[in-house]
Amino acid sequence: MQFLAAIGRTFLVFLTQTGRLALFTSSGVSHAIRPPLFLRQIIRQMVDIGYYSLPVVGLTALFTGMVLALQSYSGFSRFQAEGAIATVVVLSITRELGPVLAGLMVAGRIGAAMAAEIGTMRVTEQIDALSTLSTNPMKYLVAPRLLAGVTMLPLLVLTADIIGVFGGFLVGVYRLNFNPASYIARTWEYLEPVDVISGLVKAAVFGFVIALMGCYFGYRSKGGAQGVGQATTNSVVSASILILILNYLITGLFFSTK
Amino acid sequence: MTDTPKIALKHVHKRFGHKVVLNGIDLEVGRGESLVIIGGSGTGKSVMLKCILGLLHPDSGSIKVDGEETTRLRPREREKLLHKFGMLFQGAALFDSLPVWENVAFGLIQGEHMPRAKAKEIAVRKLAAVGLNADVAELSPAELSGGMQKRVGLARAIADEPEIIFFDEPTTGLDPIMADVINELIVKCVKDLGATAVTITHDMASARKIADRVAMIHQGKIIWTGHAKDIDNSGNPYVDQFVHGRGDGPIQMQVRAL
Repeated sequence: MQFLAAIGRTFLVFLTQTGRLALFTSSGVSHAIRPPLFLRQIIRQMVDIGYYSLPVVGLTALFTGMVLALQSYSGFSRFQAEGAIATVVVLSITRELGPVLAGLMVAGRIGAAMAAEIGTMRVTEQIDALSTLSTNPMKYLVAPRLLAGVTMLPLLVLTADIIGVFGGFLVGVYRLNFNPASYIARTWEYLEPVDVISGLVKAAVFGFVIALMGCYFGYRSKGGAQGVGQATTNSVVSASILILILNYLITGLFFSTK
Repeated sequence: MTDTPKIALKHVHKRFGHKVVLNGIDLEVGRGESLVIIGGSGTGKSVMLKCILGLLHPDSGSIKVDGEETTRLRPREREKLLHKFGMLFQGAALFDSLPVWENVAFGLIQGEHMPRAKAKEIAVRKLAAVGLNADVAELSPAELSGGMQKRVGLARAIADEPEIIFFDEPTTGLDPIMADVINELIVKCVKDLGATAVTITHDMASARKIADRVAMIHQGKIIWTGHAKDIDNSGNPYVDQFVHGRGDGPIQMQVRAL
């Protein structure tokens, strides 16, 4: 009986958390699409997410593209299929690796920072202070982050796609001695708009999830420094897991019939 | 109409889980009155203020401001009501990401949509009113001492010229001289604005200086109210013990044996 009670308790806690997250999400989205919007806050978050994440996302994409070209070569050369390397690099980067790796890197950089900032504001009563100054904290803190996440991640991923493909090109041409013109021709040959678009849709969804998790765990944090630390960990872990799950679901949605 | 209390609480109850924090609070604060609420830690003082502000929702009971029931207000109506309030938080709760002047002008810019230049002028004037010069306006809150942060918090609380000001432990963590400076400023600001003030504190020197009337809260109930000058002759053993800071008396601290 004790065992069943424990299962029941865990299930109830899960339902409560899910309900809280759903309410938080609907409130955040409703504030994000209804004026007035805090433009200054939105721009600040866009710069934080988009501009300051560029180095880390760019480096990740560059080396991923380079490694992908090297690994594909060592595998494909066994079957005399070296000509497919450019195609493999561009499709892997645009469809999967660009959005997923950028999402994970931004979750670590931005999701953690959001949870820590909002969590500190919660435990130092700054969020209460916002309310007493007739400013809705959901509108001032959460909505700008959601909007910035949804708009900036696709731009970051588009940049990561270009840098990743360029990384593959560098290895292909300068290390594996491919002809530059034929490498570029192979890159374009099998690339379809849906490959890039699916990656950008994923990026927008991942941007939303990263901002949502950062805001949710930060907003609900309590208990001082330990609570803020816990919120930061929770936001990064849950955003990362959700990115991987949603990546599978969106891939299924775009490519299951092909 | 003039007899309507500015704030009136009737049978207000609030519990967190099994812990009863407010156990039927009845309290009235008159227009232009300065009421100080004293009581030990964990007796419900801050929770009561947060219930009046709508940051927490009471489980039952009535809270009226200017004769209007506030416990069931919609978010928009709550935001409007909060224009009447200013609050100085225990830790000042200044926004780390904004310079001092923007902290002070926050309610004017976000709540009243005042142009930033005009709001900055007012912020600098309010900073002068609490004894801080214009140089401080451009600093970040992290660069200020505890006493200066409290002054900035006070300037923010009065910037919007509210009808009601709450002070949550205004002198906690300050040296006696700075505590007296803050007390003087509170008295001056409240008098200048003609505002109604509610202060919660453990500090009897502060209570004697600020209060027109004192109320004592114990175990979630108001157990005594009276004029500030009567506090030493209250005839109430709980008040006597608290005012004189004695370990022996009807208030028993929950101390667990090692």
